[in-house]
Amino acid sequence: MKSAVVVFPGINRERDMMLALETVTGSKPVSVWHTETELPKVDLVVVPGGFSYGDYLRCGAIAARSPIMQDIRAKALKGLKVLGVCNGFQIITEAGLLPGVLVRNKDLRFVCRQVKLKVENNQTFFTNRMQKGAIVSCPVAHGEGNYICDAETLKRLEAENRVVFRYAEGTNPNGALNDIAGIMNESGSVIGMMPHPENMIEPLHGRTDCRPLFESLLAA
Amino acid sequence: MKAKIKVTLKTGVLDPQGKAIEGALGHLGFDGVGEVRQGKYFEVELAETDHAKAKEQVKAMCEKLIANTVIENYDIELA
Repeated sequence: MKSAVVVFPGINRERDMMLALETVTGSKPVSVWHTETELPKVDLVVVPGGFSYGDYLRCGAIAARSPIMQDIRAKALKGLKVLGVCNGFQIITEAGLLPGVLVRNKDLRFVCRQVKLKVENNQTFFTNRMQKGAIVSCPVAHGEGNYICDAETLKRLEAENRVVFRYAEGTNPNGALNDIAGIMNESGSVIGMMPHPENMIEPLHGRTDCRPLFESLLAA
Repeated sequence: MKAKIKVTLKTGVLDPQGKAIEGALGHLGFDGVGEVRQGKYFEVELAETDHAKAKEQVKAMCEKLIANTVIENYDIELA
């Protein structure tokens, strides 16, 4: 399983993501700088978390228009697997790879804590080693994770089983519609999520709940 | 030519910053303050001198970057 992790100015979770990918899948990901125009040949591209461009204009907006995103968009449409985590979710949503938008947390507070995540769809490249309905612990760290979209899009996401992760009852940290924590595109090749599974995979993290997510990549 | 662009949240989109400002105005003793909505303002210098062409150009800028039309409206004024 070959993977690449994209790095923009202001991204700060790329090392955690690369370490998680290498630890669980056994192969070292390639780091790709945002000014590059073509991705190396890989099976998966991860857009990690952080604060690309200091969240200027809107979170993820500037990074979404960077040179490498053009190639990611083109290849994602052809089926390349793309995973966006936290700021990465905001970036790929701004780039139009996923519907809707992530806005300021409802109570305006930056949240940095553990939430309970419910796996709603276990037929994806990142959840196939999980039980449907499983509830796992996962950290979140964001100020703009409130997922919103229009009523029709929401209806489609739910009807088409495209809500991959939901905050388990009572742990929604940001006011997201229908407790949405992660979604996928129509074909299932693109997944975006606010929580940080890369920080819950080894005993040093306190728990290893999210390790099966990365193990799923090997089966996908 | 200069474009002056106002970006505002669409009706119905939650604006927690506007709400916080609304609360603070109340704390300062301003009576009769209704809903407050926060927006953004941009000034863009343009080389284009044709009004219609400039408007088209700025509209494309708004659609592609300056506004996220899922949640925001934009208003362009050329001067």
